[in-house]
Amino acid sequence: MGTLAERVLGGDAGSYVDCRVDHAYAHDGTGVLAHHSWKEMGSFLADPATISIIFDHIVPANNSTTAELHADLRRFAGDHGIRFSDCGGGICHQFMAEGLVVPGEVVVGADSHTCTLGALGAFATGVGATDLAAVWSSGETWLRVPETIKVRIDGRLSNASEAKDIALTYVSRLGMDGGSYMALEFVGEAMPDLSMDERLTLCNLAVETGSKAGLCYADRTTCEYLRGYGVHSEEQHPEPADYASETTIDLADVVPVVAIPPRVDTVRPVGECEGIALDQVFVGTCTNGRASDIARFARAVKGRKVAVRTVVVPASRRVYLEALAAGHITDIIAAGCMVAPPGCGPCLGVHSGVLGEGEVCLSTANRNFKNRMGIGGEIYLASVGTAAASAIRGEITSPEGA
Amino acid sequence: MIIRGPAVCLGADIDTDLIVAGRYLRTKDRSSWAKHVFEDLNPELANRLSGTVIIAGKNFGCGSSREQAAVALRDAGVRAVVAPTVARIFFRNAINLGLPVIECGLPCSPRSEVVIDMVQGVVTLDGNPYPFHPLSGKMQEILAAGGMVSYMKERR
Ligand code: SF4
Repeated sequence: MGTLAERVLGGDAGSYVDCRVDHAYAHDGTGVLAHHSWKEMGSFLADPATISIIFDHIVPANNSTTAELHADLRRFAGDHGIRFSDCGGGICHQFMAEGLVVPGEVVVGADSHTCTLGALGAFATGVGATDLAAVWSSGETWLRVPETIKVRIDGRLSNASEAKDIALTYVSRLGMDGGSYMALEFVGEAMPDLSMDERLTLCNLAVETGSKAGLCYADRTTCEYLRGYGVHSEEQHPEPADYASETTIDLADVVPVVAIPPRVDTVRPVGECEGIALDQVFVGTCTNGRASDIARFARAVKGRKVAVRTVVVPASRRVYLEALAAGHITDIIAAGCMVAPPGCGPCLGVHSGVLGEGEVCLSTANRNFKNRMGIGGEIYLASVGTAAASAIRGEITSPEGA
Repeated sequence: MIIRGPAVCLGADIDTDLIVAGRYLRTKDRSSWAKHVFEDLNPELANRLSGTVIIAGKNFGCGSSREQAAVALRDAGVRAVVAPTVARIFFRNAINLGLPVIECGLPCSPRSEVVIDMVQGVVTLDGNPYPFHPLSGKMQEILAAGGMVSYMKERR
């Protein structure tokens, strides 16, 4: 009985639980702060096997300060036998999705997009650095079991629309605080058709509605995906439960969309924004930097030339290698794009494609807040197909008919 | 743990800017926030908070995630905050800083006597009991230790 969040956390919505934590991870930004708090708390590690430190935010280092902070954290991981992914390994959430997190686990990460991992049937949520340090010290944390909004996804997606369009559609429907404190549970007749990559994209944007987590039930697709990493897992099935509310998205109504700066919930059909001139296109991030995304982009630009500077960043080394083996990277570079090493790339506005004053970027990321990718820059969020069509034209362009 | 004190009634959607205004955040004097608590709401309030229980409307602590808001209330001597809903980040910050916060809707009248039984999950207001979800065992231990950092230190 209960929602998936209630079952994984072992309590009713509204109650408070003490949970053993299966994974507690940080990246090179929050890891520095967590390490500091951890020392303040007495430098004790409950279980190094549950900890991962993943360098992704500023990789490789952009200046000496970053390099020194990296060195410190690298040493900490090495000294304590903590699982560590150095520069170039990939984005923390993707790294954790590649065979580490399994259904039914409790996962905390010092990054708001930790909710991505709910795609695997885990309860995964972002926490502050001091909170994380306490988990490193004690192996557990306290959580309020959230109420759940059931998001039913029915019908079939048209060729030009993607999981990103479904995600932006639910964000616009719920609004940027419509899910505050709650969990989103994605169910419905379309779910079995969605690949793991698509589910990760869907859960990635849960936090953009204020939600604490986004969850998908583990099914055959999940178990097969994890088997690919040599990991055994069990399916989960919905049971009767109380939901705070319910909303249904019919995929037949989902068209390619863009989120207009500076809010993720200001969503319009791409058609309404066509012709807006672009200075940059960015394909990557924990939202849309996975193997199927890179493949889709490569197929769309193959044999053509992009009309605007275009940065492509694979979400992980594994994704990069897969794209290389398939010849996608060759097609992408031949089309005139740049490929940066796996990581967050320009998403947080520190390097690898920062925007200048007045510049406009179409990005496959999840946030278009003011100044995020560079002071005075504007970010339109869209799917990979929209990014490809727009890169070729140098202006916002719908992938329909492209 | 039993918490007692006279009620201070506040409205709904009290955001962290109202708790401590942005202009006071950047300081090395961590005790200064308590002096300015609720200044933009009612400048007299800060001096009257010691030993009280705040009873607020929904969504207490919304807005900016500043930890200073919870520090300010704690240092001003607030014994606990009761509100029907509490913003998520404020809630986590408060517990981890040692300020008891519970989610419970109450009809507030100023200076009513509030008694909170943290273990049983009951608030008594002028003799009338109101149940709430008790905090978890670990959360109560963190509060008893005065916050997460001392809780962790004590356990070593
Ligand atoms: S890719 Fe962007 S959103 Fe994702 S973790 Fe990195 S900085 Fe955050």
